[in-house]
Amino acid sequence: MSKKNTSNSASANARDTAVGYLHSMLMQRRFEEKSAEAYAIGKIGGFCHLYIGQEAVSTGTMATLRPDDYVITAYRDHGLALARGMTPREVMAELFGRAAGCSGGKGGSMHLFDRKLNFLGGHGIVGGHIPIATGVGFAISYRGGDQVCVCFFGEAAVNIGAFHEALNMASLWNLPVVFIMENNRYGMGTAIGRSTAQQDVVKRAEAYAMIGISIDGQDVSGVHDQIGAAVERARKEHRPTLVEVRTTRFMGHSMSDAASGTYRTKEELDQSMQRDPILLLKKKMLSNGMLSEDEYVRMDDEAKAAAQDAWDFADASPEPGPEELFSHVLSDGQAEAAQ
Amino acid sequence: MTVMTYRDALNQALREELKRDDSVFLMGEEVAEYNGAYKVSRGLLEEFGPKRIVDTPITELGFAGVGVGAAMAGLRPIIEFMTWNFALLALDQVVNAAAKILYMSNGQYKMPMVFRGPNGSALQLAAQHSQAWDSWLAHIPGLKVVSPGTPADAKGLLKAAIRDDNPVIVLEGEMLYNTKGEVDDNPDLIVPIGKAELKREGDHCTIVTFGKMVLVALQAADQLAKQGVNVDVLDLRTVRPMDVEAIANSVAKTNRAVVVEEGWEVCGIGAQVVDYIQRECFDDLDAPVVRVHQADVPMPYAKNLEKLAKPDAAKTIAAVKRVMYLED
Repeated sequence: MSKKNTSNSASANARDTAVGYLHSMLMQRRFEEKSAEAYAIGKIGGFCHLYIGQEAVSTGTMATLRPDDYVITAYRDHGLALARGMTPREVMAELFGRAAGCSGGKGGSMHLFDRKLNFLGGHGIVGGHIPIATGVGFAISYRGGDQVCVCFFGEAAVNIGAFHEALNMASLWNLPVVFIMENNRYGMGTAIGRSTAQQDVVKRAEAYAMIGISIDGQDVSGVHDQIGAAVERARKEHRPTLVEVRTTRFMGHSMSDAASGTYRTKEELDQSMQRDPILLLKKKMLSNGMLSEDEYVRMDDEAKAAAQDAWDFADASPEPGPEELFSHVLSDGQAEAAQ
Repeated sequence: MTVMTYRDALNQALREELKRDDSVFLMGEEVAEYNGAYKVSRGLLEEFGPKRIVDTPITELGFAGVGVGAAMAGLRPIIEFMTWNFALLALDQVVNAAAKILYMSNGQYKMPMVFRGPNGSALQLAAQHSQAWDSWLAHIPGLKVVSPGTPADAKGLLKAAIRDDNPVIVLEGEMLYNTKGEVDDNPDLIVPIGKAELKREGDHCTIVTFGKMVLVALQAADQLAKQGVNVDVLDLRTVRPMDVEAIANSVAKTNRAVVVEEGWEVCGIGAQVVDYIQRECFDDLDAPVVRVHQADVPMPYAKNLEKLAKPDAAKTIAAVKRVMYLED
């Protein structure tokens, strides 16, 4: 093989990777825009926390993982679930509370689970899932496996005790866990400066004798490479890492609050939105010839169509049957039997 | 059959189940090098090594969550709380994670794990170390809750709990650890979760109880027998799911019932037992059901006040006489 061919194939690979990232991020974006629409007309109930603006974190991270690795997160979980490989249909059906949803309609927006993908949930109590990630790391280590568990949470979770307890044990016991703190600077409506004494939050890692890195969460390739290094450290050296990913959510905390105007100014948000991860990647791909404007429009249309298809599928899916009320309370059916 | 202490019965259960299944491990504060704060795990580190007998930092919430994660990834954790009094800090993991993940995931993630440790009061440990959490835990769908009162039940129920695919709460008794009784040597024997046992039979009244109060009820029954009153002592053994049929059968026979529990009155286990009795045995009852429980106060330190606060045989006897309309 000539040098030229090698170089061609390398650039083809780079293009495939970039297209894959773009596809994944567009899918999350258009899916969640559709979710917001469905929420507004009451098709989706309860709480609904959108991930829009943070898609480079999910996409870049998932691309570093093997199928047998584990993923666990908090309640802002739609984008992560899609990036890990759940179909838009099964996620949308879950948001609609339908039987075909990934959790049978019993979890909803905050509790997406998929055992086939080792997607250990969407969890609703801030910080509560971080010790669970340490436990998954414990189980991997117990069995002598070389999988990794990645655990996502927001920067506001570092102030709850569960974070501290979990990171201490993960480091003490050399467990293969990557703790990914998505720092969007707001815990619900409380700016980090009003909640956290040490705003350089990655310094928390020092308290656990753990490597801590701080990275740009809007650049998907950078996320991939730097989290990839942490994943490899977990896999090969059995050392956990705390990764601070600096990012921005373009929406409110949930569907109940405006994106700006109360706790954050429109100017601040507008400025952050200049660094939309999708637009940054698009611009880079256009400039280096990996993508044409037409191709982008086609990909975007495909993502929109898939989001609409997910809506149509969810809307046509039956609700869970009444017999599902008492199923899976206990694994041996004792709860059903008692009814 | 071997006569052994409640502590040794638990130790034997742990040892047998650790041998039987290498996905079982024990984790908690001081369980390994210290041999357990109450020596329930004595010798296990030596026999099974530090991978399976794991000392933790003082971090109840954290290591309860480690247990949940390990169970989701396919292991069978036994999480020891030095006492359930400390486990209040861990209840987010017990209630929000362990009890609910099977349901929230529509059956995808089982939670085969045990949370165990001593529950309730000992002697003069004062308000923060003397609490019975039975009713708090039994309130939660997705949990099973057992409360053995004898060495045989301690061994059999702990083994059943470890083999169960659901999160099982095992409430032991610090004051029971030194009590002795006959225990079956057969390593295959378990005590089924959800089955009560008549520990003593009589026709005049039913005493429904569990855990540490089983011995109290049996003492009361001995003294009552000397006065010509013969009672059924029904040991629930499991408080969730409760053996309603056994309660109904006994009350249908005796027509009277007293419920004895270690915890507080309001929303206690006894309140649930009384509800089952009024639903199942309304036409059988010859008297209102009377409850015996801890006084409705934080546990005092002073010896005399502590004695006044705790349920005991004398209070149980008085309750039985009341439901039988006998002079005290």
